[in-house]
This record gives sequence, C-alpha cells and structure tokens, in this order.
Amino acid sequence: MLDYITSYLKSDATPGAAGNMLWAFIYIMLIFLGLSIAVIAMNWLERKILAHMQVRLGPMRVGPHGLLQPIADAIKLLIKEDIMPAEADKAVFWMAPLIVVTAAFTTFIVVPFGPQHAVTDMNIGILFMLGVSSLGVLGIVMAGWASNSHYPLIGALRSSAQMVSYEVAMGLAVVSAVLMTSLHGAGIYATGGSNGMGTLSMIEIVKAQQEQQTWFAFKFFPLGLMAMFVFAVAMVAETNRAPFDLPEAESELTAGFHTEYSGFRWSLFFLAEYSAMIAVSSILVTLWLGGWLRPFPNLLNGPTWDLVFSLFPGLMFLALAGLTFYSTARMPKMRYFRVQTLGLAGFGALLGLIGLILFIPPVRDRIQDIYWFVAKVAVFMYLYIWYRGTFPRYRFDQLMKVGWKVLLPMGLGVLIVTAIVGVL
Amino acid sequence: MAPVATPFFFYFLSGLALVSGILVITRKNPVHSALALILTLLALAGIYLMLYAPFVAGVQIILYAGGIMVLFLFVIMLVDVGRAEKERQFNKQWLVAIAATLGLGILFVKVFTASKTLAELLKRPLAQLPETSNTQQVGFSLYGQYMLAFEIASLLLLVAIVGAVVMAKKRI
Amino acid sequence: MGTIGVLTRRNVVIVLMSIELILNAVNLNLVAFSRMWGLQGQVFAIFVITDAAAEAAVGLGILIAFFRNKETVNMDEVDLLKW
Repeated sequence: MLDYITSYLKSDATPGAAGNMLWAFIYIMLIFLGLSIAVIAMNWLERKILAHMQVRLGPMRVGPHGLLQPIADAIKLLIKEDIMPAEADKAVFWMAPLIVVTAAFTTFIVVPFGPQHAVTDMNIGILFMLGVSSLGVLGIVMAGWASNSHYPLIGALRSSAQMVSYEVAMGLAVVSAVLMTSLHGAGIYATGGSNGMGTLSMIEIVKAQQEQQTWFAFKFFPLGLMAMFVFAVAMVAETNRAPFDLPEAESELTAGFHTEYSGFRWSLFFLAEYSAMIAVSSILVTLWLGGWLRPFPNLLNGPTWDLVFSLFPGLMFLALAGLTFYSTARMPKMRYFRVQTLGLAGFGALLGLIGLILFIPPVRDRIQDIYWFVAKVAVFMYLYIWYRGTFPRYRFDQLMKVGWKVLLPMGLGVLIVTAIVGVL
Repeated sequence: MAPVATPFFFYFLSGLALVSGILVITRKNPVHSALALILTLLALAGIYLMLYAPFVAGVQIILYAGGIMVLFLFVIMLVDVGRAEKERQFNKQWLVAIAATLGLGILFVKVFTASKTLAELLKRPLAQLPETSNTQQVGFSLYGQYMLAFEIASLLLLVAIVGAVVMAKKRI
Repeated sequence: MGTIGVLTRRNVVIVLMSIELILNAVNLNLVAFSRMWGLQGQVFAIFVITDAAAEAAVGLGILIAFFRNKETVNMDEVDLLKW
C-alpha cells in the first residue's frame, strides 16, 4: 500500500501515464482546490481592478479592502431561493449547468503545470481540450431552451453561435502552433532542436519549445505573434467575455441565457465561465508562451541564473506582503476600523509567511514550474479584466463579422505562411 | 496505457450507448432525443479510446458531439416543437418496420459468421497499434496514401456548405 | 436501432438523428476492425464522420426550407408528389 503511494514519487511521468490512480485522484483534488481559490480570487480581483480603472474604490466594507467580499457573495448565492420557471423542462433545466461545469472542469485534466505535473498527458491533449470546451456550448444551448422564455433562448442561441464561430478561429491558431513544434525555419528563422515529428500532447509541446529554445510566440517572427493574437481574441470571444459579451450583457438581454437561473445554479454557470477563462488562458500559455519554462531557459542557463530566477516566487510574495503592510499603515486610525486593520495586517503576515516558505530550497525547486505557469496565466486573467474595463461592446453582427471575415482569413494566412516558412 | 478494469468500462460504455440509442428513438421531445444522441456519441468516443484510436475519439467529440449536435439543437429550437409533441409519434407501419429491421439484423449476423475469410482473419493476432504515435500515423496515411480521398472530402464539404446556405436562404 | 428510428418516427428531425445513429454504428465497426487490420479503418472512420457532418448540414437545410413552406415536421405530410 505504502509502496503504491511512494512508487509514483520516484517515477518521472504524470499519474495518468504511470497508471497510478491514487495520485491521479490527489492531483484532481488539488486542481479542484486550486480552481476554486482561483475563481474566488478572480471575483475579488475583477471588482477591485475594474473599480480602480474607473477611478473608484470597489468593495471596501466587507473585509479589509473588500477581501471577504467573494465569501459574502458565495453565501448569498447559496441561500437564495431556487426558482424554476413553471413551464420549463425540468430534466434539461437541471442538467444544463452540470454539463457546462463538467465541460469546463474536465479540460483541466491535460493542463500541464510542469513536466510531470499534469493529471495525465494524453496523446491528443490539445484536441481533447478543444473538444471538451465545445461540449460546453451544448450546455448553454440547453440552458437557454429549458428556461422556456424568449430572452434566454435568444441569448443562448446568440451565445452558442458566437462560441462555435470563434472555435474555428481558435482551431486554426492552435494548428499553426502545433505545426511549429515540428518545423525549423532557415536563415534568420532557424531555431535549434531536433527535427522530429510534431505532437498534439501538451507536455510535448512545451518540451519542444524548450528544445527549440524559443517560445512559439516569438518563432518565425511575426507569425507566432499573429497566431497568438488570433487565439487571444478568439478565446475572449469563446468565453463570452467583454468586449464580446452581448449574449450576457445586462443592458441588452437581461443577462441572456442564465436569466432564469438563481442561487446555486447561477453560481455554477459563473464558476464554469471563470474556469473556462482559466482553461483557454492555459492553452495559450502552453502553446505560445512556453508553459512552465522560466524566461530565457536556454539563453541564460546555468546554476546561478537558475538560482536568480528561482528567487522570484518568494520575492513576489514578499512584495505583496509589503504592499499589504503599507496599506495597513494607511488605514484610518479610528476605532471603528480596528478590526479591519488587524485583518489586513494578518493577511499581510500570511503573505509574508508564504513568501518565506518559498525561500526554502526544496520547496523552491519544486514550485518553480507551477509558479511560472500560474504567473503567466495570471497575466492573462489581468488582461481579461483590462479588456472588460476598456473596450465597448461589439454588436452581435459585428461580432460575427469579426469572427468569420477577419479572424478566420488571418488564421488561415498564418497557417499557410507558417507551413511555407517552416519547410523552406 | 495499462488497461485498468477494461471489461468493466467496456460493458458500461456499450450499455450506455445502447440505452441512449433506445432513448433517441423513443422520446417524444426532440430535445431529449438530441441529448440522448449526445450521450451515445460520448459513449462511442470512450469505446474508440479503448480500441486504441484516440484521434478518432477526439475528432468525434469535437465534430460530432460539439458541432453537429449543436446544429441539431439549433434547428430543433427554430422548428416549433410544441405542436409536434401533441401529435402521434410513431408511424402506422411500425410493426412492419421492426420486423424488417430484425430481418436485416439477422441477415447481417448470418453473413458475418458464415464468412470464411472472416474466420481465418479472426485467428490472426491483434495488430500492435502503439497509442503514442497514433495521430502521427493517421496523419501520414491521410496525407500520403489517401490524399485523393482527403481532397475529395474537402470538396464535398465545400459543396455541402454552399448547398446548405442556398437552401436556407429566403430568396435566392 | 437507427434503422428502426428511420423507419418509424414521424418527426423529421428525429429521423435525421437516427441516420446519424446508423452512421455511428458503421463507424464503430470500422474502428473495431481496424484494431486487427491496420490503420485504414480509422482513416475511413474519420472520413465517415466528415461526411456525416456535411450530410447533416444539408439535411437540416432542406428541413428548414421545407418547414418554411409547410409549417410542420411530420414525415407523413411530406407528400408533395401526391396531389
């Protein structure tokens, strides 16, 4: 029994490949936990960052600087009454949020947090992720239909039409990235690495970037950047986020396909949306930005540079702790705010503790891959929020026009030119 | 990948496929039928995975379950379902249909078991299909040996797109 | 089961779905036998899936065009040749 548990730790592969069910289960639990924390953090971050972009303060009351706001939101959603429309189709109504959440969470099976830190490394990793996110579209259509009222139906149809159209553009961008795993250009475009076959497996794609010593975003400049741009726009449209969020815009369609859902079911949709955002961001990071590799893994290699870069996680957490202590010092000195000040100081102490733990060498080495991956995904989460605060909404026909007439030809062009440049 | 509890998964998946297939043809509500079809497709994708065909499984999930079924659901919602539910669901000729299908099935089974070449070939050892490079090999076949079929399939898709657009337009 | 569906149901959409069932059964056979006889079965299965997609699109287009004229999805009323 103990042997079963520890035999995995010596092996060099992901739990799925090693056939070890217990560790696969543990990884799945860890991913659940991480995703929940990430969604909660996203909720708070989104409100705070949007607020600061709009020169206001955001939630400040619930906890120190609104830190407990997501928990308050969660409690509110859980105790809300569960309304079901009278004429609705009960079975389909009940199943729709489940399908969306299942599809959003299942994509995380193949997301590589490190060379052996994925739940399993499927041979068709990318294909699997794209396919399962297209299953989420089904859940949205079911949700709109089962509500049996015209606003959700229109919202659902629009939303799914948008998602399906942008899936095509996403697929093309993904194909050009996968193409780059096997191609080496000539002349100024030449990259190192072995000239082997391409692969669809996520971990192999990152390893190919490592061998070729270039992140695919910068390969065959500017083709990698264009492919990444196409995917970045398509992924924002795929997850129904601003500026493509007409189907769920509150001023246009009374919240679209999840109008009739309340309480816990709505929070499932919300969870699925944020998880889908994180999932497609991790696809982008894996394919173009070198997954878990630290910046300049080959150019600046050697133990000293490794050491310098490995200090980043700890330093970042210490910087965050410093910021927290600074805002603690700036809190109003009235008696009313004493609890909040103490809470904020406690939070700062927690961050500092995590930072200090990350300086311990064994922890430091193991946390490297995961840290860089999560950091890159976090950059894209920030970009999502930035887009929401900056861009006006697209009208639906403009949205479809952009998807089919702009992104699709661009994706095709990038693919063809990549293939030509690579084979030269 | 070492097969873990393979007979269990096979019986589970094929049972699921059979049950959802029956649900597809017997439900009154087309939306329920569509959902049952999706379940069938996913069960079949699982069986393909067990048969060492991960690429076909992935293609089935993306195209069939993710694309075609969305198309079906769209059309079901555009077509008025309420009226159809109140009418009779099955043909007047259902008894004949079931008898004909049973006859066809018995014919298939007899042809299957009575074939001599099949009996010989069944004695051959199972082909060793490595799972890790399945996609690459399928790609090699598609672009190498079956290139003509590939091009014809793309032409077929183009014709289908044009045809569907023309047919659904209000005024040509 | 697909054949029973095609032959018995009156709702056109369900008939189309039963056709998809038939195609899936064919696919299953192809992939299962390709385990023994090499990769050609899988390649052909991919072609069948592509083909099914094209034919579902065209079939649904026909359905929509027909529904616009006659306002019904009953197969029994598709008897324009029978004045």
